[in-house]
Order: sequence, then C-alpha cells, then structure tokens
Amino acid sequence: MSGVWVWVENSNGTAATISREVIGAARTVADELNEDLVGIVFGHEVSGVADEAFDLGVDEVVGSDDETLAHFRVEAAGPLLAHLAQEREPAVILIGDSTQGNDLAAWTAAELDAGLVVDAVAIEVDDETVKATRSVYANKLLSTTFVKEGLQIMTLRSRAFPQAESTGDTGDAEWVDAVVAEDDIPSKVTGFESKEGTVSLTDASIIISGGRGVAGPEGFEPIQELVDVLGGAMGASRAAVDAGWIPYEHQVGQTGKTVSPDLYIACGISGAIQHQAGMRTSKVIVAINKDPDAPIFALARYGIVGDLFKVVPALTAVFKERLGK
Amino acid sequence: MKVVVCTKQTPSTTAVFTVNNGTVSWDDPGGKPNVVNPWDEYAIEEGIRLKENHGASDVIALAVGSEESKEALKTALAMGCTEAILVSDDAFAGSDAVGSARVWAAAINHVSDAKVALFGKLTIDDNMGVAAMMTAQKLGWTPLTFVSAIKEISEDSITVERLLDDGKETVTAPLPAVLSLVKEINEPRYPSFMGIRKANRAEIPVWSAGDLTVEGETGAAASKVDWSHVYTIPPREGSVTLIEADSVEEQAKLLADKLFEEKVI
Repeated sequence: MSGVWVWVENSNGTAATISREVIGAARTVADELNEDLVGIVFGHEVSGVADEAFDLGVDEVVGSDDETLAHFRVEAAGPLLAHLAQEREPAVILIGDSTQGNDLAAWTAAELDAGLVVDAVAIEVDDETVKATRSVYANKLLSTTFVKEGLQIMTLRSRAFPQAESTGDTGDAEWVDAVVAEDDIPSKVTGFESKEGTVSLTDASIIISGGRGVAGPEGFEPIQELVDVLGGAMGASRAAVDAGWIPYEHQVGQTGKTVSPDLYIACGISGAIQHQAGMRTSKVIVAINKDPDAPIFALARYGIVGDLFKVVPALTAVFKERLGK
Repeated sequence: MKVVVCTKQTPSTTAVFTVNNGTVSWDDPGGKPNVVNPWDEYAIEEGIRLKENHGASDVIALAVGSEESKEALKTALAMGCTEAILVSDDAFAGSDAVGSARVWAAAINHVSDAKVALFGKLTIDDNMGVAAMMTAQKLGWTPLTFVSAIKEISEDSITVERLLDDGKETVTAPLPAVLSLVKEINEPRYPSFMGIRKANRAEIPVWSAGDLTVEGETGAAASKVDWSHVYTIPPREGSVTLIEADSVEEQAKLLADKLFEEKVI
C-alpha cells in the first residue's frame, strides 16, 4: 500500500474551500510518510480543478471527467473511488467532512470493508498511522482515533486545518473512465436550489449568533447588520430556533451545526453546554450579555456586560467606519 | 409497507462526563442519564408519520446495544411505533462502523419486506453519522442522507429533499431505501400518557447473533479502528477580558481594537 490520496471536492469548475484545507493537511501527512500525494478529481469539465490541485501542491492527479459525475451522487462517485483504491492500493485517503465527503467516505469504507475515522479536528502521523483527534460524547470529550490495519480512510472537519497555498506547480493529470453508467444509477436529481451567494455557517470565518436575549425575530435585525458589515454568517442558539425566530439552518450547537470560525460573537446567548458543544473550538469568542454570570463568559476571550440592542449597533457603526463601508 | 426505525441509546444531552483511567462514565443532574439518541427522535417521528399519512402498515423500532437499550425502545413505543426489537449480542459489542453496519443490515433483513429504514443524522456518543450510508451499502439499498423532507412515497419509489452544504437537492430514487434525517424534517411529538403506559407493559423481544444472518465479522476483535483513548477537553487558556468604559460607543471601539489586534477581522 502506498500513496496518500486526497479527494478534491469541487463545484462550478473550482476546488471547494474544504478541499484546499484537506490538501494542506494531506501534504503534511504525505511528507511525513515519505509518500506521493495524489489528488482525486471527479466531476464534469474539471480539467481546471486538476490544475488547481497541482498548484495547491499535489504530486499527481487521477481524475475522471464524465457527465454522470457532474452533480455529486454517491452511487457514481463511490464505486469509482472504491475501484481505484482496489486497483492502486493507497495507504491513506483523506476527504473533507462536507455532506458530500461524509457520504463518499462512508460508502467507500463500507464497500472496501476499510477502517474509517470521521470528523478529525487535528491529525498527527505516528509511524505509519495517521492519528486523529476528534470530539465524542456530544463534543464534551476528545478521543484519539486511528485505523489500526489496512487502508486508512479519514474525513477532516471544515475549517480545522489551514488552507494549502499556491505553489505555482503544474502537472498532467491521468484521466480514467467512470465505472457506473447513468442507467445503473438509481437516484435521479430533479432539482437543486443553490445556496450560492450566502456565507454558510461551516465555511464562515466570522459568525455572529443570537440567543434568547434577542427576544424575537426582529431582534435579529441589528445582528444581521453586523453580519453584513463583517461579511460573516448568522448563527443562533437552540432557544431562538425553537421559539421560531430564525430557521433551523442557523442553529449552532449539539443538535445544530458545529462551527469553528476565527471569530464568534455570542449575543444574548447564555452559553448552555449544548451550545458550547457547537462553538467551543472557535478561535476568539466574544460574549455580549446582560447577565454577568452567564456561562458564556467563562468561554469567551472578550466580554461586554450590557444590552445587546445598544452594544451591537455601536459595534456595527465602529466597523462600518474602520472598514470603510 | 413496513418501516424500520434504527435507534440507539445514548447519554442525555445534559449529561456530565468523567474519565477515569480511560473509562468514561456519566451522570445527569436531571436524573435521566440515558435517553434515545436525540437525533433518532426525528426518525421515530417520521416513521410514525409514514404510518399516519402514507399508509405504512408497521413502524418497527430497532436498537442495537445492551439490555439497557430497551429504555430507548420504550420511548419509541410510547411515541407510537407499532413494534420494538432489541438487537443484542456480545459478539456485536465494540464493532467499528463497518461492523455495526453489518449488524444493522442483518437486523433490517430479518424484518422481512421492510421498504424504508430511517436513521437520525448522527449518534451523539460516538459523534458519527455514517450508519445510514454504510447500512445502505451493505444492504444494496438506495442511500438517501441528510433528508429534510419526504415529498412523495409510493410502493416502489421515494422523492425527498436533502439539505446539503451547498444547497437543497430534490432526488427521486427507487425503494427500498435507507434514509438519514436532519432536524428540519419534523418536530418530534411527546409520548402520550397512554403511550407511556402501553410502552411500560410491552414485552420487547431480543434478537441475538443466532437469530440473524450477519455477513462478515463484527465485534471488538474485528474492529479496524482504535478509539480507546478518550480524555476530557483541556480548559481554554486564560479568562475573559471584560471591556468596560463610560459609554457603549467607547466599549465598541475598545472591542474593535482588540479584534483587529487578534487579526480575526
């Protein structure tokens, strides 16, 4: 078994942000194992993605350019990745833990009866083994997890690893045929409503969240203004979602999204342990709350004890001025 | 049409954990340390709705785990599942994800003629969300993960909406299918008083390895993954710096200074 593979998720002809992160992490793993790094590029009209992968530091690209792979379906991508892995026996396959990546890793590991580690937040190479740090028990404990025999398939959490930088390198990709014909793919995608243009919570480098303290749907308006000025994404606590003030897709926490932005500003959020489970890995946490005893202050680097309806607009005004908006 | 709901018993969301020499234990200030995995409540609810609104004949809750997991199954019965079965055998304990999928596939096969199997998006104890996909692969059924709505369902086909990172996808696929469900799909009901009484009296049958035809190896010995080292999260370094000033405007300026210094803006 040899080679470290990295799956290069892409859309509209460019590598996904998470792929840049995984390529960065995979490069380190390949160097430590003294192995080549192979970018796996599936899609349709993806020669540009292969070029991008070379530029981001992979040594080789194995790609498949086929209409069946245009819109990701695990029934098309899974058998192809499994086939390639059986044929070429890589030591490690690293995949970003997006919805697509999670599907692909799970299907492929099941098909190959391989060991799978999902949602790593840190990795280190120990001899021939890639050891992952991952959250367990509702994100309240950590675990060191690794595959102890055979192919190691691992997914990496979004925003947990720095992005690979441009190297200026180029190369020639090897293109292989898809292995499943359209007629043999049972799932037919009949509609897709893209979220393009909005910043997704898991990709955002800045998240501003509101909780019970925003006191109603209109309470999210000042928070939205700060989100717009900072170019971030809007988050919410379960209390705000359950009250019907904001849709579920904004929920951060144990039964919502797990995020790790550079900056997390919690407005009117007390910081219940279930909320902490979803945001405690944020780099800098700011708490704005009326209650000086709110548990969120124990997690925060900076805090303002005060009324969010005064503090948030004041922050918006300052950043508007300083960022020239 | 038979629907199978796949559940697991997990620590409650308010549980407090301690690790002693690598052994994890937990207690709950509310006095209920174990619950049905919170994400599985959406699967239980959706199974019951398939019966109420789409003519499913049986909604069978399965749990894989120790005898204690019968408590999770009682929740499923109290909410309205028509049947509950515990799948339990020492030979299954300590399985990795692939081994667990083998057990799920065998148990689902043992419920003859099931057309749909429902999982929650993830299980909060191991923090993994791959059981539905892996079980679908082992069964050779259609995998449909991250489902936020079942739009249409007939005897042989299903149309669902999937909530993906980059958008909402509508997909039509043949049955049988294994689905994993996200929270948007429904709001789980509370068990009724009558439901709870009925569930408490219910006899829950147990299927062991001998009852099932499990393909391939399961259990700790066959596991290819080591997750034995579990530890508490180191506390965040330093304590909070409170930004204090005479006016809110001044506080905002001071905080902005700090955030520019931290290079997070």
